[in-house]
Amino acid sequence: MRVNKIKFAAVAMFAAAALTLSGCASGGGNDNIVSVNGSEPQNPLITTNTNEVGGGLILDNIYAGLVYYDAKGNPVDDMAKSITSKDNTVWDIKIKDGWKFTNGEAVTASSYVDAWQYGALLSHAQLNSYYFDTIQGFSYDKDSKLTGLKVVSPTEFTVTLSAPQSDFPLRLGYSGFYPLPKAFFKNPKAFGENPIGNGPYKLAEKGAWKHNVDISLVKNPDYQGARKALNGGLKIVFYATLDAAYADLQSDNLDVMAGIPDSALKTYQSDLGKRAVMQGAAIFQSFTIPGRLPHFSGAEGQLRRAAISMAINRQEIIDKIFNGTRQPAADFTSPVIAGWSKTLAGADVLKYNPTEAKKLWAEANKISPWSGSFQIGYNADGGHQGWVDAVTNSIKNTLGIDASGAPTATFAEFRTAITDKTIKTAFRTGWQADYPALSNFLEPLYQTAAGANDGQYSNPAVDKLFTEANSAKSLDAANKLFQQAQEVLLKDLPAIPMWYGITDGGYGTKVSNVKFGWNSVPILYNVVKN
Amino acid sequence: MSGYILRRILQAIPVFFGTTLLIYFMVFAMPGDPIVALFGDKGVNPATAAILRHQYHLDQPFIMQYLIYIGGIFHGDFGTSFSGQPVGNILAQTFPVTIRLSMIAVVVEMVVGIGVGLVAGLRKGKWFDATSLAGSLLLISVPIFVIGFVLQYIFAIKLGWAKATVSGDAPLNELILPGIVLASISIAYIVRLTRASVIETAGQDFVRTAYSKGLSRSRVVRVHILRNSLIPVVTYLSIDFGVLLVGATVTEGIFNVPGVGRTLYQAIIRGEGPTVVSFVTVMVLIYLAVNLLTDLLYAALDPRIRYGK
Repeated sequence: MRVNKIKFAAVAMFAAAALTLSGCASGGGNDNIVSVNGSEPQNPLITTNTNEVGGGLILDNIYAGLVYYDAKGNPVDDMAKSITSKDNTVWDIKIKDGWKFTNGEAVTASSYVDAWQYGALLSHAQLNSYYFDTIQGFSYDKDSKLTGLKVVSPTEFTVTLSAPQSDFPLRLGYSGFYPLPKAFFKNPKAFGENPIGNGPYKLAEKGAWKHNVDISLVKNPDYQGARKALNGGLKIVFYATLDAAYADLQSDNLDVMAGIPDSALKTYQSDLGKRAVMQGAAIFQSFTIPGRLPHFSGAEGQLRRAAISMAINRQEIIDKIFNGTRQPAADFTSPVIAGWSKTLAGADVLKYNPTEAKKLWAEANKISPWSGSFQIGYNADGGHQGWVDAVTNSIKNTLGIDASGAPTATFAEFRTAITDKTIKTAFRTGWQADYPALSNFLEPLYQTAAGANDGQYSNPAVDKLFTEANSAKSLDAANKLFQQAQEVLLKDLPAIPMWYGITDGGYGTKVSNVKFGWNSVPILYNVVKN
Repeated sequence: MSGYILRRILQAIPVFFGTTLLIYFMVFAMPGDPIVALFGDKGVNPATAAILRHQYHLDQPFIMQYLIYIGGIFHGDFGTSFSGQPVGNILAQTFPVTIRLSMIAVVVEMVVGIGVGLVAGLRKGKWFDATSLAGSLLLISVPIFVIGFVLQYIFAIKLGWAKATVSGDAPLNELILPGIVLASISIAYIVRLTRASVIETAGQDFVRTAYSKGLSRSRVVRVHILRNSLIPVVTYLSIDFGVLLVGATVTEGIFNVPGVGRTLYQAIIRGEGPTVVSFVTVMVLIYLAVNLLTDLLYAALDPRIRYGK
């Protein structure tokens, strides 16, 4: 009797569980709100302090700056009426009249100038301060007002740079350059929780940012620019793992997904069919060999670097490790950027050529015989082990030397060793463009003493070409000079280019018109709910 | 009894201080500068980094940082995370969710585990017993994330009976599937534990006495066998609750539960001292409380156990 009771109870419980589970499966029907996956912003939502994709996705949708980038990466005027300069040094910027922040404040030239001053000031410790370092008056060492910013009228201001920069307008779409209302300066901390912007969307209500959970945005009816939302709002859900987000996408609980987890790379195109996305991205991967490592400087260094580069079978690694979802590098930038070229002089050094590699390595050994092992450092928590091991194996098998990966446990530890210059091996480096220009892939990385020049590379010839490119009269002329600079880089190989990243993602059955931009971010204001 | 409880609570205080000091030291001793990680792959501006370090007291010696943190706790201030959020808020948001999830898992493993184990023990050697042994072996050998992904795929994606992920408010009905996944391996252990305990108790003298006194089978099983078999099971359950709190990380990742697991994982990776220490301290305190409750439960289950005398 007791046993029967237990069996009965078990069956009843299962039925109850099934009913409750099914009751919540019907959750959905979010009337014109598009759901997309995101990640919890690392910092409060302040434009001058946000440098990662989680916060960036939100800010790019609630703010409108001077320009925005279309899908191809071309700058299109958002609030700007005109951005002109006679000498690439003094820029005159006129903005459209009548725009408002969602709290009623007017967006004026001061909204821009005050925001930029805030971001640049040293004691504010804003992570994006380096964005303003080309403006006159900027200082990395002490509090210094940007003397190069002048408000001429509520709809006009001028920017004087400390050196000419031909692609300055290209940078102005980056989130660090957005305007900020006076409400921000009254209380930056509270503002970071409930930011007020002037873009296609606004926060659905106060407290719409539920930390580690999601953030809800609604269409901003007062937005006057060209990015008018074709849907009623966005729900950005913060997922712990891409796998969880992909599960939601498959069960149509998520509308748009940026990124595909490794576990689904082989199957997502057949799972989603036409709704799968795969296109180029402004992402460049390499590994850097600092010049201070023994055997890697001077003429010997050039031979060894070229040998190592030619000892790597990039296409095979891409096919085996990444299932074909990368493109072998032909330069130091990205194919989605205007001015990219795959026919630079010396680009052959990036092709697999074991005979030539062995020959160059032997020549280097004549200068000074090789000893020890070649290692590539990486952070173990970033999923890089697969390709690093494949690359070092390729080097080992081709050149016959000892080669392996050298993992560090966390990203923090890895980057600290690089910044402190205590790392004793080559190390993985990568770059995702902040704005779609060749200069963004080159100057921060290979200019002498530049911020992200992790290998401390320095070549006055390259610096000179950069300066000339910045003073060029047209973008085409500038790009030709950047290409020449890259041809020098292909001889020196401060970093060994590996491949370009791709943009992958997908969308569900409830939406259409989903396109991804040059920066791998879906263009959400154009998404239509079926 | 109340003296016993008071003693246990007082013992918890040095444990609290010892744990916080130890964990804080371990986070502090972790190599790598969390401020550098904030800059990502872009270059670090040394002056900005210095200001940020000062803001988070990271430029002070370890013992100063610890004392600042402890001092803050007595004001109810658990520190601030890098994203500007007070850790107290993060605790208040995430712990209830993980506790709910763990409780569902405990209820499931209790009901299913004890139920199956009891029947298997009473009918030792019969088909039910053999099947449950084989089934529990299968559950133990399959890794939890495999169980998680498979159940998510079958029930949420293919059949659509449940949502694939848990939404922000984490209501109880959405936590059932993750709770079952979380409980799956423990069910296997509890079945075996209960079964072994029931077999042993059923062979005791007092059970034979109870039967020979003419008590109904139902009463003997319920009052005499079950209650006395439960002590090892209750011990396991209380340890398991603590393990579930922490180990829910994998399940929380699969179902995107907004709980302790992933928040703690991210805080560890980013090197956020106050967050990690606060979370771990609360976990330790919960663990201590559960242990105390378990010990008190022993007295309720087995009249031979008494405290305070």
